[in-house]
Amino acid sequence: MNEFPEIFELNAGDYVETFVKWLTTDHMAVFDSIRDGILAFLLRMQSIISFIPWFVIIGIVFIAGWRLKGVRSGLFYTLMLLTIGLLGYWNDTLLTISIVLTAVIISLVIGIPFGILSANYKRMDNIVRPVLDAMQTMPSFVYLIPAIMLFGLGMVPAVFATTIYALPPVIRLTTLAINSVSKEMIEAAESFGPTPWQALLKVELPQAMPTIMAGVNQTTMMAMAMVVVSSMIGAKGLGYSVLIAINRTDIAMGFDAGISIVFLAIIIDRLTQSIGDKFRHDE
Amino acid sequence: MEKIRVENLTKIFGKHPQKALEELEKGKKRDEILKETHHTVGIGNVSFSVHEGETFVIMGLSGSGKSTLIRCLNLLNKPTAGKIFVDDENILDYDKKALRQFRQTKIAMVFQHFGLFSHRSVLENVEFGLEIKKMDKEERVTKSLEMLKAVGLEGWEYHKVSALSGGMKQRVGLARALANEPEIILMDEPFSALDPLIRRDMHTELLDLQAKLKKTIIFITHDVNEAFKLGDRIAVLKDGEMVQIGTPEEILDNPADEYITNFIEDIDRSRVLRAENIMRKRSLKIGKNTAAKIALEILNDSDYEHGFITDRHDNRILGVVDADDLLLAIKGKLPIAEVMHTDFVSVSEDAYVKEVLEIAAATKYPVAVVNGEGEYVGRIQRAALLKALV
Ligand SMILES: Nc1ncnc2c1ncn2[C@@H]1O[C@H](COP(=O)(O)OP(=O)(O)OP(=O)(O)O)[C@@H](O)[C@H]1O
Ligand SMILES: [Mg+2]
Repeated sequence: MNEFPEIFELNAGDYVETFVKWLTTDHMAVFDSIRDGILAFLLRMQSIISFIPWFVIIGIVFIAGWRLKGVRSGLFYTLMLLTIGLLGYWNDTLLTISIVLTAVIISLVIGIPFGILSANYKRMDNIVRPVLDAMQTMPSFVYLIPAIMLFGLGMVPAVFATTIYALPPVIRLTTLAINSVSKEMIEAAESFGPTPWQALLKVELPQAMPTIMAGVNQTTMMAMAMVVVSSMIGAKGLGYSVLIAINRTDIAMGFDAGISIVFLAIIIDRLTQSIGDKFRHDE
Repeated sequence: MEKIRVENLTKIFGKHPQKALEELEKGKKRDEILKETHHTVGIGNVSFSVHEGETFVIMGLSGSGKSTLIRCLNLLNKPTAGKIFVDDENILDYDKKALRQFRQTKIAMVFQHFGLFSHRSVLENVEFGLEIKKMDKEERVTKSLEMLKAVGLEGWEYHKVSALSGGMKQRVGLARALANEPEIILMDEPFSALDPLIRRDMHTELLDLQAKLKKTIIFITHDVNEAFKLGDRIAVLKDGEMVQIGTPEEILDNPADEYITNFIEDIDRSRVLRAENIMRKRSLKIGKNTAAKIALEILNDSDYEHGFITDRHDNRILGVVDADDLLLAIKGKLPIAEVMHTDFVSVSEDAYVKEVLEIAAATKYPVAVVNGEGEYVGRIQRAALLKALV
């Protein structure tokens, strides 16, 4: 009596599998070109980043930290980067940065226009909002499944999974940002007869920028959080080292790679946050 | 010339305005419609017209529909029914493009809480409208600088707007509207967020600017003094309906109903009424060559104690006499000119009663009123002064 009757069974998984199969076989060309696109972008990113000498990167981070926050922060970030280098994870860090950066850029390119549309069309918002809710409650490794199904193993599915996981905050905060631009300001703009584009570019976006930047920060941090998980399906870099360390129960290696991820996350978080602050304008 | 004509304009807020409109047309009142259909009649069946170059003030209590009405004029509110003609074109027939054109060239708005763009500098705020019109950078900067100068904000061009005081912010709002060279300016309680002293400055500023620019201004206020100070004509809104339209004097003299009477109770009439509104026209004047005896008869025949002596040719006032003076002249066989007093005072016919009051306090004679050419046009008895003020 306590058992749920087996005759009533719902094989949701089967349907999804059929759907994915249909997608990947009948629309092979589409996924191939997406894969090629992501890969090309990622490789370009990697070659640019690894082309820059290490001391230049450290120099840039120092200057950015100094300008945006102060000398002490600049020195602090420099110290953290040097530590990563001394621990022997410099190249892994660059790999991780290029994956994260690629995923973040794709998220922003998709997420910001999406957020703007949601802010302007109530009906779209009604659909997007519950989807985002669902996405944010899902554990991160769930995204690995569709990534593998669509793209197999490797860097591309890793970037794909990371992108999907990192997408919700920037959409959400863009919508919020646009919706909370002061009504009188929008009407003031309207009263001069701008086209929708002019209103968006000259008033709404600049006004929304601080909040959108908060979304960019969150999205970046979400992408960082995917570093270890996505290495399970083939992302190289710091996450992969952590994964190996876990498999080998190599505490020392786990610590070194782990602390490198933490340092990187701190630097990225602080820098994107203070870029956001630069956009803030008081009333 | 007529610039704007509004015909039976109605704006109803709610999900199904057309339904509520039917109720309104059946003659239902605002309250009933709100209770029965949960729709708010912002304004109902409002008609009026505004002349070119006049300052048309709309006043009314909070919630009377002032903002609703003014926002219909540039279609920030989409009217539920009615027509709005600007230069004989019904702006409700405009498509999106024509509406943008209309807003870019003909009409600008000044907002109660300024509506300035906090991400732009003072100068960039003023440039905004010109930028929308795609004027090139150099030209629009020149023009904006000029405008900022006109409103007295020289030296503040590159500041953030957040650094400005309320009065200065609204000057930016005004400059931004003027830079576009609109024919019509809408001002929705532009000065109500300012403190009284600053507000007084802004009034002067606006009157000065308007004397030069002669724009058609629609000005909203709930401050009666402001309305009477600035308005060439005043319209009074109550519960979304227009209860009276007229010049300040007309409204003061014949308040259409109790609502307006209450409204104008706290107005300082001495700042609104002018000498010509309270004077006795062409009352009792005596030519300087009139015989004293005849003059005395004329004076006794009137209900005045004093008579002004004028020159018959140019109608200038020469002096003032009372009955005793004339008796003296009769006795001594003197011409009137010998006995009249010349220490009378005169005011221009467009002087405010406030000025007349100050002058009247210093003389024992009635105040003579003269026109622009210096001709005698009437007099103000001190009793009339008091009456005008209650
Ligand atoms: N967008 C809106 N939606 C619903 N009701 C509205 C809306 N705007 C105004 N109203 C209602 O219409 C009526 C008239 O409002 P309006 O803002 O025109 O008054 P007002 O005369 O400008 O008042 P105030 O002096 O307070 O600015 C009010 O009852 C108000 O609640
Ligand atoms: Mg209002």
